[in-house]
Amino acid sequence: MTATDIHQAIDAVWRIEQARLIAGLARMLRDVGLAEEFAQDALVAALERWPQSGIPDNPGAWLMATAKHRAIDRLRRNQRLERNQEEIGRDLEARQGMAATELESALDDPVGDDLLRLIFTACHPVLSTEARLALTLRLLGGLTTEEIARAFLVPEPTVAQRIVRAKRTLAEARVPFEIPRGEALAARLSSVLEVIYLIFNEGYAATAGEDWMRPALCEEALRLGRILAELAPLEPKIHGLVALMEIQASRFGARTGPSGEPILLLDQDRARWDHLLIHRGLAALERAERLGGALGPYALQAAIAACHARALTAAETDWARIAALYEGLAQLTPSPVVELNRAVALSMAFGPAAGLELVDKLTSEPSLKLYHLLPSVRGDLLKKLGRIDEARAEFERAASLTRNARERKLLLERAAACAGGPLQDRSAEPTG
Amino acid sequence: MRFMMLMIPKGYETATPGTMPSAEGVAAMMKYNESLQKAGVLLALDGLHPPSMGARVTFPGGKPKVTDGPFAEAKEVLGGYWMIQVKSRAEAIEWASRCPASENEIIEIRQVQEFSDFPADVQKAAARLPEMQMKSGQRAGS
Repeated sequence: MTATDIHQAIDAVWRIEQARLIAGLARMLRDVGLAEEFAQDALVAALERWPQSGIPDNPGAWLMATAKHRAIDRLRRNQRLERNQEEIGRDLEARQGMAATELESALDDPVGDDLLRLIFTACHPVLSTEARLALTLRLLGGLTTEEIARAFLVPEPTVAQRIVRAKRTLAEARVPFEIPRGEALAARLSSVLEVIYLIFNEGYAATAGEDWMRPALCEEALRLGRILAELAPLEPKIHGLVALMEIQASRFGARTGPSGEPILLLDQDRARWDHLLIHRGLAALERAERLGGALGPYALQAAIAACHARALTAAETDWARIAALYEGLAQLTPSPVVELNRAVALSMAFGPAAGLELVDKLTSEPSLKLYHLLPSVRGDLLKKLGRIDEARAEFERAASLTRNARERKLLLERAAACAGGPLQDRSAEPTG
Repeated sequence: MRFMMLMIPKGYETATPGTMPSAEGVAAMMKYNESLQKAGVLLALDGLHPPSMGARVTFPGGKPKVTDGPFAEAKEVLGGYWMIQVKSRAEAIEWASRCPASENEIIEIRQVQEFSDFPADVQKAAARLPEMQMKSGQRAGS
């Protein structure tokens, strides 16, 4: 193996082992920050030793043993031990004598409880959302500070600061390294799912031609979701989120045109959708449904995405079902944006008048006052109903509200197309 | 990036029809498969019946000719595959290295071609490929 090969191999081992390593150490040290520090020490040791010795047969156990020895050394050197640390020291001393196979099983964590504890800790509500995202990518994804900074388009020191502060907050708040039980579980699980979906969306919002780190965020979020689905296979909410991410990710290849311009869902070349991810997404949705209970917000959104995924052409879309699913979503998470989406689905299923009725109710909604999609949708429906002058005014209003130059141009073009007056635009009326 | 890990068991080229792996072998392999799944990298996997139950279609002079298995000339045949999603070729190699394979087994690692890997002229020639993949995938999924 060349030096480059061995470094790439160590990188690969690290990517596979680091989360479990940190999780196992965190259980013993009861401190996520310290756990990561000693895991890093073990990586440095591997980078020093493995180029000469070769990669050991069980690299995970080697890293774990090394990290634990470092931890013991450090605690011994520290003259002013707090009582708490003394206990940890004794605990580690006791474990130091473990045979290699026992070390292996300590790392094995067959049920994955340590990993689950680590996920819950990194997404703890005591941390800000930004801190949760950074810490999750760092501890679970094994991303470097530099990679996280590039992904979120912020300076590297900012991310480093966020992570340091997050670890300190966890230590100061004495957040226990545990899986929440009972009533707390649902809320804490929601926080975990929210973090994973935010990571996914951060990558999904980026368009082609941008930094490769942003699409990598989607892959990372999907990987975390898939891991979580295996760790807690009986939680339908997790399968719902995985289904949503798999189906959304299936559209990657179709979302942008040759010059990087975004292509809207209904205009996408469905042949470019990733069939394997669609298949996995539909299977995950089925799993969520099979586990019973009412579908959660992620599963409902996944079910909506699945309606699009199942339609071979845009014209075959089951809009009535999508409208019904949006209605369910509006009941779970009432929001004017969901209502607006429902209005679009209603208009596609039952004609523009059905959609406009709902849209008109939203025009007085304060939170949509500056939301360009409201006048854009309303303009579209008015145009289809032949109310051309009103449609033009709505497109112009939408153009004045959007911050996206490409979108503004498009909206102004649509407004201009209405300028000819109703007689010329009769062709835009629905035929039935 | 996606990789196929292709399992090539030596001796499988002459295995009799209906040859099955031992229960112990399968149990060990399932543990490995689970480790791939728990790590969130496994996308798909399958095992294949031996070539003695299959056939080869060759094209001497451009005309199809069917030969029933086993194939005397075959030195290496597929026994199954995994498809994984990983960050690098090195990660695929590391996963393959962890397989509880025996001395007479080989795992070949091959990166899956994505449509975007093709140059423009090949993309044009293969324009309907994703559509075919989609339709076949939907059939499998329904």
